[in-house]
Amino acid sequence: MSTETIEKTNDKVVEVKKPSEPLFSKKRRQLLSNPLDEDNPITIQVLGICSALAVTVALKPTFVMAVAVTAVLVLANVVISALRNTIPNRIRIIVQLVVVASLVAIVDQVLKAYSYDIWKELSVFIGLIITNCIVMGRLEAFALGNKPWDAFLDGLGNSFGYAWIILAIAFFRELFGSGKLFGFQVMPDGYIGNGVMMSPAGACLLLGVLIWIVRSRSGYVED
Amino acid sequence: MSKFNKNDNKYIISYAIIMTLVFGSVLAVVALALKPKQDAEVLLEKQNFILKAALGEKAMSTMSDEEITALYSETVKTVVVKADGVKVETEEASINVFKEYKKPKDVRELPVYKVYDQADSNKIKAYVFPVYGKGLWDFIWGYVAVEADLKTLGGLVLDHKGETPGLGARITEQEVQSRFIGKEIFNANGELDAPHFQKGEGNTYEGAHKVDGLSGATITAKGVNNMLDDYLAMYKSFIKAQK
Repeated sequence: MSTETIEKTNDKVVEVKKPSEPLFSKKRRQLLSNPLDEDNPITIQVLGICSALAVTVALKPTFVMAVAVTAVLVLANVVISALRNTIPNRIRIIVQLVVVASLVAIVDQVLKAYSYDIWKELSVFIGLIITNCIVMGRLEAFALGNKPWDAFLDGLGNSFGYAWIILAIAFFRELFGSGKLFGFQVMPDGYIGNGVMMSPAGACLLLGVLIWIVRSRSGYVED
Repeated sequence: MSKFNKNDNKYIISYAIIMTLVFGSVLAVVALALKPKQDAEVLLEKQNFILKAALGEKAMSTMSDEEITALYSETVKTVVVKADGVKVETEEASINVFKEYKKPKDVRELPVYKVYDQADSNKIKAYVFPVYGKGLWDFIWGYVAVEADLKTLGGLVLDHKGETPGLGARITEQEVQSRFIGKEIFNANGELDAPHFQKGEGNTYEGAHKVDGLSGATITAKGVNNMLDDYLAMYKSFIKAQK
């Protein structure tokens, strides 16, 4: 397997005392920073749209969702990356699904125990992290061919790329939809919530605008 | 790992089995370890809802979890009744209102929570009745508090499993629930006449039985109306017997 040969040559390189790649080399910093903007999973790759529309009605559940996705994506990336040389190619998608589903089940149970209110609100969507395309996409495209530390950084970068987009959408939806931020009234009394913002359609509009802004700034064009 | 042939069927099958066992046990351990904490959260929510129905949202909003539990054990006494108002010996803790909901009405056993005044432990402040029903997508439930005069609705707490956010899910909003406060459950002839959501929203209604409705959530609102009708009918004989 190609990954194994790379590992073996790396071992030899270490023997001749050539310094190994620093923990935060330029390449590794880019693993963290690229997904925030020019390779963002939502605005550029257009993955994970379903949850971006569904959970963003208010900031608080969105924040919890972002944390949950971060936990799942980072851990799944590391686990798959650590197992990458043992995973049989023919059942690799099944293995990835088992890992992701188990992690999601654990996150769900932990939320139920320690954040019951939010669990009630998010329980359905937490289950759907399993099918969040970002998670499977990163496992398949990155974790299967890279070392755990790189996979860890890649997971963090992509989850933050996901997080800032859904938090931005939730900010505007909660502000204009119910006149609040994190549940605190910020609009003057008597402000009538904008119904479109409360519905997923409003999220779709906002997301479209956001994708437009991000893409016109970075000059990205679909192939 | 190079000594294994990763495309060998034996390797793949053993890999799958071991993986299943490992992840299965991890999940089982996590679920078992978190179960007591989850049960405590469910119980706390129930106590919070009961007290909120009886004492109002304002009184409860600043309380910590410990204070809620303490106040609950100090001021709430429970009895379990059947639909004919007869008390039965069943323990309140063993009753699951959802399971009772699935039984025929005449064999249901339902808890009644008597909330006493904190200052005067002989004075009943409100009777709190659990209710259960169907909304648009899934179940809805709640707690109805009837004041000590046995006719005024002192408070209502509603919750739901899957109503539409921004429409039916608004039944969990304080402003919507408070529309029921001060309404009456019996009409002038002493017959049951539970307050109902009306069609349309933004209207004010005269009288003690009409409640401003939910625009865009007709079926959920009807579900709440039916739930109140059904359950208050079951508690009716208990309520009459208290007078």
